[in-house]
Amino acid sequence: MAKVLMKGNEAIGEAAIRAGCLNYFAYPITPQSEVAEYLSRRMGEVDGVFLQGESEVAVSYMIFGAAGAGARVFTTSSSPGISLMSEAMSYIAAAQCPAVFVNIMRGGPGLGGILPSQGDYFQATKSVGHGDFRLLVMAPASVQEAVEMTMQAFPLAEKYRNPVMILGDGLIGQMMEPVEFPDHLKVEPVDNSSWATSGMDHRGSKTRNLVKSLFLDPAALNNNNLVLKAKYERMQREEVRWETYNGDGDYDALIVSYGTMSRVCRTAIDNMQAEGLTVAMLRPQTLFPFPEQAVYEAATREQCRVVISVEMSMGQMVEDVQRSVKGHRPVQWYGKCGGEVPTPEEIVEVVTESLAAN
Amino acid sequence: MAKGKTFSKPKALSDAHTHYCPGCTHGIIHRLVAEAIDDLGIRGRTVGVAPVGCAVLAYNYFNCDFQEAAHGRAPAMATGIKRVRPDLMVFTYQGDGDLASIGLGEIVHAANRGEKFTTIFVNNAIYGMTGGQMAPTTMPDQRTTTSPFGRKADEVGMPMRMAELLASLATPAYVTRQAVLRPKHINKARKAIKQAFTYQVASRCFTFVEVVSTCPTNWGMTPTDAIDWAEETLLPYYPLGEFKVPE
Repeated sequence: MAKVLMKGNEAIGEAAIRAGCLNYFAYPITPQSEVAEYLSRRMGEVDGVFLQGESEVAVSYMIFGAAGAGARVFTTSSSPGISLMSEAMSYIAAAQCPAVFVNIMRGGPGLGGILPSQGDYFQATKSVGHGDFRLLVMAPASVQEAVEMTMQAFPLAEKYRNPVMILGDGLIGQMMEPVEFPDHLKVEPVDNSSWATSGMDHRGSKTRNLVKSLFLDPAALNNNNLVLKAKYERMQREEVRWETYNGDGDYDALIVSYGTMSRVCRTAIDNMQAEGLTVAMLRPQTLFPFPEQAVYEAATREQCRVVISVEMSMGQMVEDVQRSVKGHRPVQWYGKCGGEVPTPEEIVEVVTESLAAN
Repeated sequence: MAKGKTFSKPKALSDAHTHYCPGCTHGIIHRLVAEAIDDLGIRGRTVGVAPVGCAVLAYNYFNCDFQEAAHGRAPAMATGIKRVRPDLMVFTYQGDGDLASIGLGEIVHAANRGEKFTTIFVNNAIYGMTGGQMAPTTMPDQRTTTSPFGRKADEVGMPMRMAELLASLATPAYVTRQAVLRPKHINKARKAIKQAFTYQVASRCFTFVEVVSTCPTNWGMTPTDAIDWAEETLLPYYPLGEFKVPE
């Protein structure tokens, strides 16, 4: 298929349809409302389901109900809306249903602002809702990658029967870029006959299915948590994704950055290279599971003297970077938020100063 | 008259013993719902949505597919199920704290969109499972564990009449209030619940059956005193009957 110029939010909506997801529930919030606007028209063309719910809370439970009934389903929102949906994510993870949530992040806390941010890193990767559970979190750095990750998110959600989050900053949603849609994924219908409330007649079964998160017996609840834990450990073995930039040879410093921020870092790295200073970047594409081992190995290359986590937040991913580097190199953070994006010049200055001090 | 067995358990009920208190009317309402499902032959394509409250374990007592919601969110879950699988028969079973307090937004909007599922709303004027706290449906001067001197209407308002509230919306087409206090009430409630499911089978409209019920344990009464109190106190404020029927 030829390349088309598309806004990130609309491309994400189209990508979901291409991945065979024909069910979408949403509530408007800037800067992701274009997904709902796009799909309000597009779902009708493909005999899909589009519904604008009365709140993010309600929408997240529509997702739960639809997922529980065995449907491929997703929603999109932005930071404050994701907070409201986080309760349902906990229930969905506990009940082991597949669903995809897209967070086009804006600045916070509180109402914050409507400009791009990466302030929901902790929320997405550590504690989106109550209880012991995790999301599989993918972070696109371009509209093209947002399309690919959205299409990959559904089979992953179904593989693990767990919510998957696409964590994009507002720039990913708002900017227009050329994008090429892969052919429709050959997504086989998932066999959900052992758990989905699809109706006994529908699956030709005499036994009913239950979708629930209540386990009053302590041993049963502990067991359910062990099942979830095993899934998250499997994600850590099988789903970790990252890429490196300028990291093939020796380098003096390592930048760790994700999403739109990583693109600014590439420019900074190119500018430093032109001045004779070699700096590499590791870009996590999955934030959970975090590429711990890759960060450790990249940080501990012989010539690398310092590691800098560059974020559009007040220092969140840096904690995972520190955990990964295990004290073998100095790790520092640089970032801005609220819609302010660190410039290549600022990044060059931070790296230069850091190398001078270490 | 037909010979042989005159009383049997509906297929849509499981063999599990319920955890409900002696004198609780949930068992009657469960049975009426199960009878409607059996009568219409829809058990194999029915999905119930359990609330948070005394009926949180309803999924153990019905013998059909079930989902368990968060507190108040059953209508949103039912919306999700019904929208992606219109061929399924979907019902929510909710108490007054669940539906009229924390879940008010979800029930009003599901009703107003005309979602084609059925809601069974059990109104016993109190929170049951959490131990008898004041509900939006608690009567003036009714004592609960959070209104120990009686509900003060000048501080927390008058009880909410959910059937009337939903009937004020233009979209919903079947809104009724029934009771399960005396046999005459139970017979009418049975017909209303079956009617609601019948409308759903025909994809007619959102259907809502409020059922005035008792909670002897949290009211601090014997089961028979609870029925008397409900008749004397609840029924004058919560009149029975149909508030809306499809044209």
